Amino acid sequence: MQKALKKYFPIFALPTLVAFLIAFIVPFFMGIYLSFCKFRTVTNAKFNGIANYTKAFANKDFLNALIFTVEFTVVAVITINVLSFLLALLLTKGIKGTNLFRTVFFMPNLIGGIVLGYIWQLIINGVLMKVVGHDLTYNASYGFWGLIILMNWQQIGYMMIIYVAGIQNVPSDLIEAAKIDGASSWQILKSVTIPMVMSSFTICLFLTLTNSFKLFDQNLALTAGLPSRKTAMLALDIYNTFYGRTGWEGVGQAKAVVFFIIVAVISLTQLVVTRSKEVEN
Amino acid sequence: MKKKLVVALLSAAMASSMLMGCGGDSTEEPNITEDNTEDTDQDTTGDEENTDDVEAGDDTTASASGGKVYYLNFKPEVGSDWEALAASYTEQTGVEVKVVTAASGTYEQTLKSEVAKTDAPTLFQINGPMGYQSWKDYCMDLSGTEFYNWLNDKSLAVTEGDGVYGIPYVVEGYGIIYNDKIMRDYFALEDKAVEISSATEIKNFDTLKAVVEDMQAKKDQLGIEGVFASTSFKAGEDWRWQTHLANLPFYYEMKDKGLSDSPEIELTYGDNFKNIFDLYINNSCTDKTALGTKSVSDSMAEFALGKAAMVQNGNWSYGGEGGISQTVGNVVAAEDVKFLPIYTGVSGEESQGLCVGTENYMCINSQASEADQQATIEFVEWVFSSDEGKAFATEKLGIVPFSTFTDADKPSDPLGREVSNFLGDSNLTSVPWSFVYFPSQTFKDELGYALLDYCNGQAEWSAVTEQFIDGWATEKEAVAE
Repeated sequence: MQKALKKYFPIFALPTLVAFLIAFIVPFFMGIYLSFCKFRTVTNAKFNGIANYTKAFANKDFLNALIFTVEFTVVAVITINVLSFLLALLLTKGIKGTNLFRTVFFMPNLIGGIVLGYIWQLIINGVLMKVVGHDLTYNASYGFWGLIILMNWQQIGYMMIIYVAGIQNVPSDLIEAAKIDGASSWQILKSVTIPMVMSSFTICLFLTLTNSFKLFDQNLALTAGLPSRKTAMLALDIYNTFYGRTGWEGVGQAKAVVFFIIVAVISLTQLVVTRSKEVEN
Repeated sequence: MKKKLVVALLSAAMASSMLMGCGGDSTEEPNITEDNTEDTDQDTTGDEENTDDVEAGDDTTASASGGKVYYLNFKPEVGSDWEALAASYTEQTGVEVKVVTAASGTYEQTLKSEVAKTDAPTLFQINGPMGYQSWKDYCMDLSGTEFYNWLNDKSLAVTEGDGVYGIPYVVEGYGIIYNDKIMRDYFALEDKAVEISSATEIKNFDTLKAVVEDMQAKKDQLGIEGVFASTSFKAGEDWRWQTHLANLPFYYEMKDKGLSDSPEIELTYGDNFKNIFDLYINNSCTDKTALGTKSVSDSMAEFALGKAAMVQNGNWSYGGEGGISQTVGNVVAAEDVKFLPIYTGVSGEESQGLCVGTENYMCINSQASEADQQATIEFVEWVFSSDEGKAFATEKLGIVPFSTFTDADKPSDPLGREVSNFLGDSNLTSVPWSFVYFPSQTFKDELGYALLDYCNGQAEWSAVTEQFIDGWATEKEAVAE
């Protein structure tokens, strides 16, 4: 059987390979090619060199969106991970109703981004109109914090589950040994638990980082960039560029390629850095 | 050996099932090849004039040509009506008509992706000369067709050289819609601040302003929350201001200069723009700092529920999904829904009519097979000449600019009738839809953002003016490249 598997491996892998080729590899390379073209639809592209890239970088909206995205990502990654780790610690202490809590916290993650965006828009507007008398579009910082709250609400539960799994995997004999040695609970957390769940950190940081960077639905539904594109993130800016002007499709595509490179570099760097801190069980 | 055979068979089965799962379109492929063969048949006969003879009901010819129609519909509010009409046509003639409706505000995106498919739309629409610039590769010359001949005013069509590439199939009008019942209540008040006694006597901006401001002051007596419905500025819901209202200052400036379009503008009528815009946001049922999350449907609902007396919109907003008459709890009687031109304080505006024009030009895909093109032309001609099609058009589309439509085919909804009446009044001059020359969506969006900042008190009016002028120049340049 082993031999047969080896022999027919290509046939078994073929369907997946073909699907991967059709759904990923081909569009990806077509996308890169199109970023060097002027086009209306993907079938009538005309090559025009790096003109799209010069336009993309000369476009102030792109830079603004990049800055906003980076700010958002930094705040979101920190808040989501800190809060979800704390929740995970709390929910591994064996309190009554732990399973119920875990389910409840996880549930927001099951709702789609657009729906969440609209719901939170209503909630935040309601509060803002009562408290300050303006709506979400009055000031870019309202939109910023609105997005942070929304993303925290959605992502904390998911990250919490990953941390819970990590924490439960910490061997109890290690903690017991530390206790016998007289370590305080803070020392146990710092020197035993955290190093042992480093692999969970790697995954969670990777997920939050890329999710925040690529955020689109929630951004579109909550503010759609209002006021004045000040809360538009990179993905939304790419979308706006693509559809905003006749003849600028290629520029949108060029922005998308740059976007891909940024996301890839940042997330790979993060992976390498946090991996190096992981300890073998 | 047997095992090997089983493994091989299994993997083959798996591979094929996987591929089947991906290729949902495979069933339609035979059709395409069929079309191509028909194509050559058509070419040999090759006389396009034949279409004139092929009348709507002639099912044998139509289905024999093998073409199919794929219409990408622009108006979601009449999407289901188009589908019903198409089904009826298919039943009568055997010609397959597929109608797909793009979601509101996503027509360009949908068209962009649909056109790239093998089974591309054969019938689609563009929004005017600017739209033609982006879709010219896909627009077929329609100068020989019957439905171009039917066009009452040939100058309305989108042309280039001798070719006719887009044919308007409906004209629409917009202005300030008012609820005459509330207006009558107001004019019946003893302490009203104006001399006039009916809304039809409002003939210029000064009168409009006096009436509106007095009504706003007496809103509790009138039982309304404000005169104007919300000036909606939610993203994608601001076209009534950055496109429709901005049309007026642009139109008057171009009229003075004797142009239709220009690479640069000065916004000489900027103050008029401000006049009317201020009137809207300061006399509304919604506070002007809370407009950024209001949608068009919110405004229409406010009007339909009697919370507001006026709303700027067009005749499309009466029937159809989300229209005044369709709003749950609508309190406005059909006979009370009337139009007022948008007065902005331009001298001589007493003779100004509604803003009448079209953004709906039908185009036939030049890259579709000839059989499909033929079938599409037949379908369109059937829609605008058969009784069933005409009934649909007058009821659901509005005012159709074709000679096949007589006075008896006037629209039945109150706003459509109002537009017809305004058009029929020879003392009034309609304002054309000059906004078809607005450079790009980005220009409109950014003008909308500037207006919202102004409403929120985050920027002065000068910022709007600047955005209008600078945005115009940069966007015209960006698109021209």
